[in-house]
Amino acid sequence: MSEHDSGLKPSKPAFWNDPKVRALFFQVLLIIGLGYFLMVIVDNTLANMRARGITTGFAFLDEPAGFGILQTLIPYTEADTYGRTFIVGLLNTLLVSGLGILFATIVGFIMGVARLSRNWLIAKLAALYIETFRNVPLLLQIFFWYFAVLGALPGVRQSLDLGFGIQFNNRGLYLPEPIPESGFNIVLWLVLIGFVVSRFVKRWARKRQDETGQPFPVFLTTIGLTFGLPLIVFLLMGAPLHWSYPELKGFNFKGGMTIIPELLSLLLALTIYTGTFIAETVRAGINSVSHGQTEAALALGLTRTQTMRLVIIPQALRVIIPPLTSQYLNLTKNSSLATAVGYPDLVAVFMGTTLNQTGQAVEITAMTMAVYLTISLTISFFMNWYNKRVALIER
Amino acid sequence: MTTQSYAVGEHPDLPPPASEVGVLGWLRKNLFSNWYYSLLTLLGLYILYLYVPPLIKWAFIDAVWGGEDRSACDAEGAGACWTFINIRFTQFMYGFYPDELHWRPNAAGLLLIALTIPLFVKSFKWKWQLGAFILLVYPFIAFVLIHGGYFGFELVETNKWGGLMLTLILSSVGIVASLPIGIVLALGRRSSMPIVKSVCVVYIEFWRGVPLITVLFMSSVMLPLFFPEGTDFDKLARAMIGIIMFQSAYMAEVVRGGLQAIPKGQYEAASSLGLTYWKSMGLIILPQALKLVIPGIVNTFIALFKDTTLVLIIGLFDLLAIIQQANSDPEWLGFDTEGYVFAGLIFWIFCFSMSRYSIALEQKLHTGHKR
Repeated sequence: MSEHDSGLKPSKPAFWNDPKVRALFFQVLLIIGLGYFLMVIVDNTLANMRARGITTGFAFLDEPAGFGILQTLIPYTEADTYGRTFIVGLLNTLLVSGLGILFATIVGFIMGVARLSRNWLIAKLAALYIETFRNVPLLLQIFFWYFAVLGALPGVRQSLDLGFGIQFNNRGLYLPEPIPESGFNIVLWLVLIGFVVSRFVKRWARKRQDETGQPFPVFLTTIGLTFGLPLIVFLLMGAPLHWSYPELKGFNFKGGMTIIPELLSLLLALTIYTGTFIAETVRAGINSVSHGQTEAALALGLTRTQTMRLVIIPQALRVIIPPLTSQYLNLTKNSSLATAVGYPDLVAVFMGTTLNQTGQAVEITAMTMAVYLTISLTISFFMNWYNKRVALIER
Repeated sequence: MTTQSYAVGEHPDLPPPASEVGVLGWLRKNLFSNWYYSLLTLLGLYILYLYVPPLIKWAFIDAVWGGEDRSACDAEGAGACWTFINIRFTQFMYGFYPDELHWRPNAAGLLLIALTIPLFVKSFKWKWQLGAFILLVYPFIAFVLIHGGYFGFELVETNKWGGLMLTLILSSVGIVASLPIGIVLALGRRSSMPIVKSVCVVYIEFWRGVPLITVLFMSSVMLPLFFPEGTDFDKLARAMIGIIMFQSAYMAEVVRGGLQAIPKGQYEAASSLGLTYWKSMGLIILPQALKLVIPGIVNTFIALFKDTTLVLIIGLFDLLAIIQQANSDPEWLGFDTEGYVFAGLIFWIFCFSMSRYSIALEQKLHTGHKR
């Protein structure tokens, strides 16, 4: 530029036309506007709360709650504090979301692959499932399972016996519970150690293949080290585990594990509903890998399994994972519908009962929303990280 | 046996083997191509056999359609009790809206349909104007018609609104009102001004990160606290505010997708023509971007349409809530399934047809913007 410098300077616009000045002006205006808006709201809220005699602050978290909760993962009694109801609700939310994500993924992957099946009947059945359940509101499905299906089951004394000691009635699903005996911990440790060792084996196998071209059955080794070896040790130790079966005593079942109908209906609905979306995601992902990739892999001499594992799945996953995580996020947020059937999740317990009892609307809403926001941001953070890791490096 | 000889290359084509064409060929290719596909086919057929005949028997053959009370449904071996739906039908459609005034929501609905039809006529010239009329003027006409209180129309309080009517009102208000907010937020998110950008990002990510149910709780519990004492909102308005705030964040992301799909050259061309920011957005970018995102908007509408069922938790009587209430009527206990199937069918028809429309639109609008 300097060689053409003729000493002329570009004409400067008037300062009210200068984009920089304008940007500054608008942003200052925005800050003032937002600040005023927030001030009015805070002011009104404080005045309203004073008028209604609501105290502010988080002191209520230490007061005794005085209400029972249907299902708790940690010990909880009515004498515990409101703070503990928060934890109990949070754990219940995490439980139902975690199980829901697990089952919805399984259902979704099976159905997504089934819809692409070359078997006409299977493809149509999968399409029927997907198109039916994704166009019906989730809440309706929860109600259907809870009131029309589980509510219509026989009572405790006429329980359906599903075999293996499983009992099913309108109070829930009663499963046998595994009770570990002394020494079972060793088996669990072995699983962990086996898994870690197999990761090292994988690294070594890759290195060896890079150097010599000799493949190594990593998958089988992993299975053997993680599950096979601990199983043998488990049997050698004389199976230190027994089952506690549910038995009818008086008016209810004792022993075993109980899955309450609220959890069951919520889980069924979340699984079936989210499963449809995951299935569509999976289908789109597999479709996105062009057939030329398969042909090229086969032409290189890879086996069918290797083609699938090394060529197709990694490319499909790149397309599948981002929408998949947002489905997981949706499932977690949708688990808050629990409150409609009375499953004691975070919203039902904390934003429902606790809020009604204490009237601390602002604090409780803020805490509940903060939990969901944290979950969302964590998952999207993970997604961005993953996206960066697997992104195609183009040109 | 006579043999016939042909010159080289003159032999007529033989018909394909019988196992490769016709019904048999189709069956072999699509259902029984190898042993595990055959097994899967048999499994599928077994599942169909297990569920379809009993379902048809329950829903049609053994079903009770007429009658004034449940006596017919209580008979031995009776299937679905559609009498229950039949009797409650008006309530499912209109909630507790007074019977003699049903023509008013009907008129509002018919007017909307009549106004929308020209939008689908190719040769109609005033599409933009009509669209603007539907988005800006029609809501007021509909409000006057349904709510009343003006021009001599009798006032119908919002707590009497319900059923499918309320579901449709909530979802269309949610979409229409969130569209302009969403556009502004999307433009803000792509702005070069750091503070404008971060305000929009925080707004969008906040609402997208929380479940709708907490938003509805918040708007029903906290919203009254935000306003000076004495301001009274009715429940429906509070739910609507919640839905609009929530929906506008999703709308912003949809619009942003459209804005990102417009090639940079369009922005640069607009600037080099000397258009101001708002002119280049309004005349060049947004018309193209919004056209692209219509399928996305339809998809958000489907999601919102299903999500409006959540308002039952804060005590509004949308279609699902009113069916839920009818199910718990002591006179009609035990017909939950019929109620849910009916509601499910209505939702399904709306959502399925909209999703088909969105797919068709996507193919029609695919005019080479995507690379």
